[in-house]
Amino acid sequence: MSVVNPNTSAAAAPDHRASSLVAMLRERFGDQVLHEQPTLTGMPVLWVSRDALVEVLATLRKLPEPFEMLFDLSAVDERLRSHRHGLPEADFTVFYQLLSVSGNRDIMLKVALLEQDLSLPTVIPVYPNANWYEREVWDMFGVRFDGHPNLSRILMPSTWQGHPLRKDHHARATEFDPYTLTVASQEREQQALKFKPEDWGMKRKNDETDFMFLNLGPNHPSAHGAFRLVLQLDGEEVIDCVPDIGYHHRGAEKMAERQSWHSFIPYTDRIDYVGGVMNNLPYVLAVEKLAGIQVNGRIETIRVMMAELFRITSHLLFLGTYLQDLGAMSPVFYTFTDRQKGYDVIEAITGFRMHPAWYRIGGVMQDLPKGWDRLMQGFVDWMPARLNEYERAMMKNSLVWDRTKHIAAFDTANALAWGVTGPNLRATGCDFDLRKKRPYSGYENFDFEIPLAHNGDVFDRGQLRIDEMRESVKIIQQCINHMPAGDYKADHPLTTPPPRERMLEHIETLITHFLQVSWGPVLPGNESLQMIEATKGINSYYLTSDGGTMSYRTRIRTPSFPHLQQIPVLMRGGFVPDLIAHLGSIDFVMADVDR
Amino acid sequence: MSWITLGDWRPEWLTPTVMDIAVAMIQAVVILLVAVLVGAILTVVERRLLGWWQDRYGPNRVGPFGSLQVVADMIKIFFKEDWIPPFADRTLFVLAPAIAMASLLLSFMIIPITPGWGVADWNIGLLFFLAMGGINVYSVLLGGWASANKYALIGAMRSSAQTISYEVFMGLSLMGVVAMAGTFNLREIVNAQQGMWYIVPQFLGFCNFLIAGFAVVHRHPFDQPEAEQELADGYHVEYSSMKFGMFFIGEYVGMLLISALVVTLFFGGWHGPLLSPIVWFVLKTSVFLMLFILVRAALPRPRYDRVMTFGWIVCLPLTLINLLVTGAVILLVAPG
Repeated sequence: MSVVNPNTSAAAAPDHRASSLVAMLRERFGDQVLHEQPTLTGMPVLWVSRDALVEVLATLRKLPEPFEMLFDLSAVDERLRSHRHGLPEADFTVFYQLLSVSGNRDIMLKVALLEQDLSLPTVIPVYPNANWYEREVWDMFGVRFDGHPNLSRILMPSTWQGHPLRKDHHARATEFDPYTLTVASQEREQQALKFKPEDWGMKRKNDETDFMFLNLGPNHPSAHGAFRLVLQLDGEEVIDCVPDIGYHHRGAEKMAERQSWHSFIPYTDRIDYVGGVMNNLPYVLAVEKLAGIQVNGRIETIRVMMAELFRITSHLLFLGTYLQDLGAMSPVFYTFTDRQKGYDVIEAITGFRMHPAWYRIGGVMQDLPKGWDRLMQGFVDWMPARLNEYERAMMKNSLVWDRTKHIAAFDTANALAWGVTGPNLRATGCDFDLRKKRPYSGYENFDFEIPLAHNGDVFDRGQLRIDEMRESVKIIQQCINHMPAGDYKADHPLTTPPPRERMLEHIETLITHFLQVSWGPVLPGNESLQMIEATKGINSYYLTSDGGTMSYRTRIRTPSFPHLQQIPVLMRGGFVPDLIAHLGSIDFVMADVDR
Repeated sequence: MSWITLGDWRPEWLTPTVMDIAVAMIQAVVILLVAVLVGAILTVVERRLLGWWQDRYGPNRVGPFGSLQVVADMIKIFFKEDWIPPFADRTLFVLAPAIAMASLLLSFMIIPITPGWGVADWNIGLLFFLAMGGINVYSVLLGGWASANKYALIGAMRSSAQTISYEVFMGLSLMGVVAMAGTFNLREIVNAQQGMWYIVPQFLGFCNFLIAGFAVVHRHPFDQPEAEQELADGYHVEYSSMKFGMFFIGEYVGMLLISALVVTLFFGGWHGPLLSPIVWFVLKTSVFLMLFILVRAALPRPRYDRVMTFGWIVCLPLTLINLLVTGAVILLVAPG
């Protein structure tokens, strides 16, 4: 084991590359680059002026090693923030996080806005996937984007009053007037849900055809949750479609601003609700960066092992439903049998099945129980034969080929332009996997491959996940064989909850323990960010601490959100069954989209 | 037809003719009831079998081994609210499930079950089945149209296109059998298979008929009209209670009918050694019913347009070749 990944040495290099990048931008844009903010995000964070924004982005998009992807775009309401020394004056900050796959680096641009003048130029011409992100910022913060083709609410109902992520917007239902639903207001809500093709620049008919508008969802067997898609059909051919999301929005980012750093962990489980502890990982890693906690090899390995186990159960759910969406009835029952075996192990180790909330700031909840290795080995021995069986029975079936090959195919450039990450990106032949490119939590110590495919079609997205499960099984096997010894909690004052033994030493440690458990840990004011290769793509948590017991702003970037935005691009001209096949192949859960 | 002589005590009006009619009527009623009942029981048999093949139990709570599940289902479906959507076309909406059930049940008339059992012994037997199959399309078409629902409409559209295409070669695929037996009468076709089942000389015809049979009763993988993952049940999405029940049982009656026809036309009907004719008929039919269910468990669903292409490009030419070759062989072998 302990294969040294060539990319780990890159950790030192970015500093140099980053400073040359910043120097280049400063030289090119002069005063327009207002400030470089030191953070714990691991990337240069530049404040640029509003006027230069589009031009800076366009420059970065066209570098020799371009920033191909607008990875994330959101905002912060700065009005209640106290720790912002030296930062440009701002009531709201909109940030643009760019990712360069070719250069394996990031940059974040921030634009300061004042309350009287909350508007920005749209960046859709540079990055097409900015469309939904800008709508989200409008919805959540009330920042307008000039030139946006359809700046409407995306997560909240169109009848909503206010912008929820503003600090002056209530966080709890009990802070509102009691909710009432009259006949008139119900009628109003119903009308607001009506689809008007004209709003989306669609025509109701052309010279020859009256189009049919088919409302698929929010409750439809293949919508994988509360997802609505309005199809413009000519016969069974999809002329255009409009995805409509927000039916699963629970305001996780708002909740993060009311929960202690520790007590938000269970909420992360429910973001990608089939990903289990995989969701805890980016959050606790980002918090540990803020707190300055280094965890030992045992904690890292336990985390990797459980995360990979959840990757397998998530991919199994994908495989079953993917084949079911192709009309094959039986596979989902077999994959659920396998998942059951996985969950038996998870339950024995964490005491919970789908949402264990098992990772802690500075460790995991408990040490591995006695006999965990035997249980885990049982699962590892069980899976490979089953995976071969799925491949033989389904992925080599000519009917499956007929339904999936060359259907909804896209290339790497298209994927990057639309923010596609994870297996869906790797199905296009791009080997961007954070576990290899930017190893976190000790992934550099494992020997595994990154499966790739080349057509980027529905078939490749299915086959690739079977291959990924094989690699995950390999990783888990290495965890079983080489689990390091050590403590399951880091020895650090901010480890939460603190190790119990230390509590009983004297009154000082007792008080510290009491405060940390009742208030939660106080983290220094700063910003940190962690991206991980989650089950469905890159998931990241961008935390802003204002030096308190709660997060000032928690931005959760989920992979499913851009994946859904891409649907219309691929489906124009396809048939309804192709659309269903594509929906099955994306592997999204609506909680991961709406948060 | 053989029937027991009852002796001298019978009343004047009870002539042999009347007795024949009475026996035929009783037989007809029994066959009707058995067909419906088997259709109902099949719904449970299918779920149990699927459960077995899919590593799970299936319905096993009501009665010993779930045997009374069908009773529970019936009670449930009879007492559900029989709802007709306000936007639906009432007359057609009610008519559609009746056609679905009736057209398929009527086809059982022509099936000779044993030498002594069967409703009608017609010279146009096979043509009657094809006609009823044609009428059956209307149930889906009208059901989908009258529901005034877009999913139902797409389902109905798919169904009518699919059934029309597949009926073309369904009829043609049987013409080989007809040519060999020299008759449309099913009882005579069965008797003509005493020496050799038609599956041997008419293998292509059998394959095509089976495929067309799956398509005409919309069983998986030809269930595009109701494709759950795409159309959320398609043409009967607005139906509830017994109206849905009639579509539902109708599907299983259709399976039974196609299985019985395959046995009659290609597998020698009731013929077989040792066991009595009725046992042979039931056994053979059961095998094909299992096949229907197994196919559903095993295969994904092809795309709708590919189903059409497959029908026109592959099945139809094969059927025509089969018919040509059969005709040529008959002419060659024929004396003089």
